Amino acid sequence: MSDVHGSGKFLVGIFDDDDVVLQAVKEVKNAGVRIHEVYTPFPIHGLDIALGHPRSRLGIAAFMFALSGTLTALAFTYYTEGFDWPMIVGGKDPYSPIIYVPIIFELTVLFCALGMVGTFLISNGMGPTVKPLMYDLRTTDNKFAMAIDLSKNSIVEGDIEQILKDSGAAEVNVKQF
Amino acid sequence: MSHVTSAVRPPLVTGGKTYADVTEDISRQVEGAPTREWTIAFTIAVVVLIYGTACVFWTWWEGLGVWGLNKTVGWAWDITNFVWWVGIGHAGTLISAILLLFRQKWRTAVNRAAEAMTIFAVLCAASFILMHMGRPWLAYWALPLPNTFGSLWVNFKSPLVWDVFAISTYFTVSLVFWYMGLIPDLATIRDRARSKVSRYIYGAFAMGWNGSAKTWARYEYMSLILAGLSTPLVLSVHTIVSMDFATSVIPGWHTTIFPPYFVAGAIFSGFAMVQNLVLIIRVVFKLEDYITIEHIESMNKVITLTGSIVGVAYLTEFFIAWYSGVEFESYAFINRATGPYWWAYWTMMTCNVITPQLFWSRAIRRSIVWTFVLSVVVNIGMWFERFVIIVTSLHRDYLPSSWAMFHPTLFDISDYIFSFGFFFTLFLLFSKFLPVVNMAEVKAVIKSSSERLPVSVSGVAKGERVANPTFNKDVE
Repeated sequence: MSDVHGSGKFLVGIFDDDDVVLQAVKEVKNAGVRIHEVYTPFPIHGLDIALGHPRSRLGIAAFMFALSGTLTALAFTYYTEGFDWPMIVGGKDPYSPIIYVPIIFELTVLFCALGMVGTFLISNGMGPTVKPLMYDLRTTDNKFAMAIDLSKNSIVEGDIEQILKDSGAAEVNVKQF
Repeated sequence: MSHVTSAVRPPLVTGGKTYADVTEDISRQVEGAPTREWTIAFTIAVVVLIYGTACVFWTWWEGLGVWGLNKTVGWAWDITNFVWWVGIGHAGTLISAILLLFRQKWRTAVNRAAEAMTIFAVLCAASFILMHMGRPWLAYWALPLPNTFGSLWVNFKSPLVWDVFAISTYFTVSLVFWYMGLIPDLATIRDRARSKVSRYIYGAFAMGWNGSAKTWARYEYMSLILAGLSTPLVLSVHTIVSMDFATSVIPGWHTTIFPPYFVAGAIFSGFAMVQNLVLIIRVVFKLEDYITIEHIESMNKVITLTGSIVGVAYLTEFFIAWYSGVEFESYAFINRATGPYWWAYWTMMTCNVITPQLFWSRAIRRSIVWTFVLSVVVNIGMWFERFVIIVTSLHRDYLPSSWAMFHPTLFDISDYIFSFGFFFTLFLLFSKFLPVVNMAEVKAVIKSSSERLPVSVSGVAKGERVANPTFNKDVE
């Protein structure tokens, strides 16, 4: 969530092309510059890996939510039909788990989807009242922005600007939060 | 861009669009004032909705006696309309989930509109459930609430209760999937907005999206899992709807092939409805470069496939009715084809089995007029399919003294018209206030499949890239 609560002075390299920005990430990193984050209008495969972001653990969360849905459905159908008020319908056992498969499946999917989306929003610090820090408003349109936190880099500003331009940045701006 | 696209494949986006063009072309209709065509269409939809709502309230006020139901035919247009709308609601999530898993990139141009259609169609379907209850204020009885609310827990062994879970889960997950897909595009509109009000409103719905690499990585991961969840969910919904009939003992309903047959029929009618909506959208919003003839042809292929599955199912039902040796079963089917409702049966056969076969011709598959007309025909056929299954199975009861006919009344028809007013009001609101094509996803496929590179690469030759734009290097 550092990007949401970022502060200080940033150098923002603006790129026109997704392949160029992906290559630039590797070049800028090789030059010894620490990249704060890259902002893009659409997902670029491999960008998170190039930036060294850890693999998302959203899948683990999704599995846990799915499991909680399955267990809720099992427990609820058992409590109602096997314990609280057993009903014999069509001569079948009051409690027979096979017949609850549709309910168990639906609740598994429901819990998983809602839980995962909630986790996604929370882990990104997103919400209806959140005001994002936009390094460049064009990054939701057609530009790709590489933000570099000057306080976290020992290389001087002018050199970083040159490295960005050498790696293909169309323009380099300063952004102060 | 993570895999190579063959140069033989036709481009998904024509007209040499750049990323900025995509934003401009698709945001335009959201940002501008409503067009005259939109205003006229919206006015008509609202008038129909008001008339329909009045009729629905009269149905509730007066009771279900205003419908043409009788002691023998206790289910008719209400459930026909319900199943028809739920069926139409299958295409959206199929396009966005199953086609995502199959890496069908052409889905990107149509998935937003198709998902919106899904959500509105499921709402229309749900309205018929409320209508046919007669006492909608007791609708909560269908929910699993404790004894103090009613007399008992709901019967979890009943397919009708499974349906409550299936439809509500399907609606919720589809809505979430659709909304999550909208967030990056809402952020685009937020950042382009000139007025404070629209920046505030779109900003609130964009939830502070910033498009960072980390967010996108999580977003893609989430989309994949949601697609994985939605795939069996789509198939489960109409499977369970079909069980409302298949687990009964009525001849013509008690059929084990109902689940796959209903699912195929649902996809068939859903794609037909997507065709109708998308063909209008692409002309009105001038999106011919995004929703191309290739997209229309791809969907027509799905219609041909699922229509043929439905055709095989009709014939299988007939064969099994004879082969089973059960007199009631055989009679139910002979009565369908030759009894008093023969015209409904043969409308269904013609519209669903015969006319869609015209799509084997490439010229017809790629013709806008033919596609539009045949898609309307498919949905007429699919409405009659449900009518035939429901009414012809019921109207000849086991006792000949109970035999009856169903005749729709003004309120049967008006309550059906209500759903069109409801659907088109919602759909027109969507098409005005939200981007009808997923901008972020189209931008992501534009390069691997466009006619030319979207941006000039002069001066940035340092980035290693493959010269042929249709053969982008695997970036991983």
